[in-house]
Amino acid sequence: MAEIVLMRNFGRQDSHTLAGYRATGGYTAWEKAKGMEPAAITEEVKKSNLRGLGGAGFPTGMKWSFVPKTHTGPVYLVINADEGEPGTFKDRYLLERDPHALIEGMLITARAIRSAKGFVYIRGEYVQPWRIFSGAVKDAYDAGLLGNGFDIVVHRGAGAYICGEETGLLSSLEGKKGWPKIKPPFPAIKGAFGEPTVVNNVETIACVPPIINRGAEWFAGLGTKTQGGTRMYSVSGRVTKPGVYEDSCAVTLRQLIHDHAGGVSHTGKLKAVVPGGGSAAILTADEIDVAMDVDGLKAKGSMIGSAGVVVMDESVSIPEALLVLARFYAHESCGQCTPCRESTGWIYKMVHRIVDGHGRKDDLDTILDVAKRGGGTTICAFYDGAIGPYISYIEKFRGEFEALCRS
Amino acid sequence: MTATRTIVFSPDQLAEVRRLQGLYPDKRGALLPVLHMAQDAFDYVSLEVQEYVAGLFDMAPSHVHEVVTFYTLYFQQPKGRHVVAVCHNLSCYLAGSREILAHVKQRLGIGVGETTDDGRVTLQSVECLCACEAAPMMQVDDRYELNLTPEKVDRILGELR
Ligand SMILES: Cc1cc2nc3c(=O)[nH]c(=O)nc-3n(C[C@H](O)[C@H](O)[C@H](O)COP(=O)(O)O)c2cc1C
Ligand code: SF4
Ligand code: FES
Repeated sequence: MAEIVLMRNFGRQDSHTLAGYRATGGYTAWEKAKGMEPAAITEEVKKSNLRGLGGAGFPTGMKWSFVPKTHTGPVYLVINADEGEPGTFKDRYLLERDPHALIEGMLITARAIRSAKGFVYIRGEYVQPWRIFSGAVKDAYDAGLLGNGFDIVVHRGAGAYICGEETGLLSSLEGKKGWPKIKPPFPAIKGAFGEPTVVNNVETIACVPPIINRGAEWFAGLGTKTQGGTRMYSVSGRVTKPGVYEDSCAVTLRQLIHDHAGGVSHTGKLKAVVPGGGSAAILTADEIDVAMDVDGLKAKGSMIGSAGVVVMDESVSIPEALLVLARFYAHESCGQCTPCRESTGWIYKMVHRIVDGHGRKDDLDTILDVAKRGGGTTICAFYDGAIGPYISYIEKFRGEFEALCRS
Repeated sequence: MTATRTIVFSPDQLAEVRRLQGLYPDKRGALLPVLHMAQDAFDYVSLEVQEYVAGLFDMAPSHVHEVVTFYTLYFQQPKGRHVVAVCHNLSCYLAGSREILAHVKQRLGIGVGETTDDGRVTLQSVECLCACEAAPMMQVDDRYELNLTPEKVDRILGELR
């Protein structure tokens, strides 16, 4: 098992306080970063192989380097704490148990991208995390860590999964409905309020202080060749010990389920696993010897996404599980793009009909056909995220769906 | 019945609105936070409240309406004194959220989207609240209630006044 980096302080009663954070070496990375050139900070993060932990897995240092150096106006740092991907709960732990890790990471990141203002967009339902994080921000102001060249605004969302998508989030931050925007321009060029903006996930930025303190090589060495570090896996569903577990990006899905989460519960027999949040394609019981990094899961036709692992044992009905997700996509589509708006609603109805015993076998091919044709045609990746489950659940467990259909 | 309230913020609340607006490069950024404030102050975001808030932002009421209707946390109708939101997404489903929701409905005698006659509770069924490690779960006002069982649900509902 890898070294614990992100969750190292979670056991402390005072882990959320400034005193507690300082007692464990907090803000020493910021002291060090103050002596570094912005470009050197970005270079270090590039070399660490840190990749975005919010879903897309984009190399973090590279994203920072896209901010135009010649820009004279403001540059914003926006933290995505709109955690909403089904099966994911790691950012909640960070906000509640180590809020200063995020604040320190933001200070360092802001120096790297020359930003004087950061926004932390916290999902509206996260009232307790919002209170704790806001308290930490206040303490950082009182201690003079904030307010001397960098300010943080804590912003509350109002309930909409699509605001987790970075441009939907920016629309929402600007006081609009959370409609994703057509890219390009990418946020690094034209983001919040029309200015260059770096959007990063909570956990991604919490990785920055340790990288600066202990060096890119150390961090890169914790993971795989193409993704450095450890990360926090949210494990839920039919396991003995659901919870958040930190391990290397190189850990396998089998190790997570069996060594960390105590193995499969209920029947004790594994049927299927969602490896990276609800929007990741499902894996069967014999596909779990896979490294849990961006490239490992891509090679299996799925994705690591937000690293939300949802385990299903033999007694779970896959068609019913898909129905739950299909309802979610139908509810959360923002409605801007025709393929997404129409298909999510229609496929939900079709799956409903099948689960109710009124479906026909050729309905399955129709769903697959519709799902496959819509991929890559929409403004944001929400619809691609819906297609992953539609196709994989039906193709990998077709027999179960057919058994429910009339012939 | 709640008495009709005058839709105006107090001077302190207005100062808070100005402070929030000042935090954003364009004051419109404060719309969501101010709508949260308005909902806390006036119980729900009626058309009248939307118009009032629009005035504070020098924006068209239709823009505020578009925003209010987009998000799930703003109520456009009176709600109960408490809001109970049962999660029905994947991990909660796998842990028995259907039974939990059925139990809550039966105890309250209402369906999803409804409010008890005494105005005590509004019931919702919601997407993943990201506490899946403690499924099945629900949100009661500001609190997350975790690892639900029918007995635990009874106790929680019984304590709501
Ligand atoms: C539909 C959808 C929902 C998303 N939800 C989240 C989310 O809740 N949290 C998050 O950090 N990223 C989410 N993302 C990914 C963001 O768009 C973006 O890639 C991420 O915030 C960038 O930060 P990172 O590079 O540090 O991961 C979502 C993407 C999509 C398409
Ligand atoms: S893909 Fe769906 S969620 Fe994304 S912008 Fe289009 S309609 Fe909205
Ligand atoms: S599925 Fe219910 S909290 Fe995530």
